[in-house]
Amino acid sequence: MLILKQSLFEQIQAHGARDYPSECCGALLGQDSGTDRTVLGLVPLANQREDSPSNRFEITSEDVRLAEKAASDKGWELIGWYHSHPDSPARPSEFDREQAWPWYSYIIFRVEKAEPQEMRSWRLKDDRASYDEEGIEYIAGAPA
Amino acid sequence: MPVKVMIPTPLRQFADKQESVHLEAGTVGDALSALTSQFSDLKRHLYSDDGRLRSFVNVYVNDEDIRYLQREKTAVQQGDTISIVPSIAGGAKA
Ligand SMILES: [Zn+2]
Repeated sequence: MLILKQSLFEQIQAHGARDYPSECCGALLGQDSGTDRTVLGLVPLANQREDSPSNRFEITSEDVRLAEKAASDKGWELIGWYHSHPDSPARPSEFDREQAWPWYSYIIFRVEKAEPQEMRSWRLKDDRASYDEEGIEYIAGAPA
Repeated sequence: MPVKVMIPTPLRQFADKQESVHLEAGTVGDALSALTSQFSDLKRHLYSDDGRLRSFVNVYVNDEDIRYLQREKTAVQQGDTISIVPSIAGGAKA
């Protein structure tokens, strides 16, 4: 289960709406208890795919390191990533799967005509062949 | 020569949950093959089916990207740190 505060959910949605029709992306910072994960903060990032931003996103290793640093500065971990699918369903594409890492939570949400729609979270299986969907539990609260 | 290899968080589960591993290696390629022979489940996440390092797998020797050095032929010396750092990519449609 991925636990997501309502305020962070809204920030993710707003990022997707703002960047539409491009894909937006960012880092999920938080804590992993071994059974549940709680998102406690976000790092919105720039989509580095300037050639094809409406159906691709890319986060450089430098930005990954910055996100890791932001997490460890707060005593948290970098637990995953979010990105939008403009006018496409909130499930991983084949291209997503080829690029994915295990362990991370991948939040994907659909943005239809600049309006945020459904949000889902996915984790790559260890054999890389497919994903497990991770339920999202929304809780009230402001960012930590 | 013993070098240290830093394992990124998403792959630690395949390396006995270790943050880093010390290995004997003369090049980056040696170190990565020693690593994947010790922890075989790491292999599919680091290499594609054709045996090349995946494009979103970034390898640094003491903070220098091996793409700007001699890639997997980059020589390493005792005390060097090899870091495997993810980059993240994807997209809505193939
Ligand atoms: Zn995607």
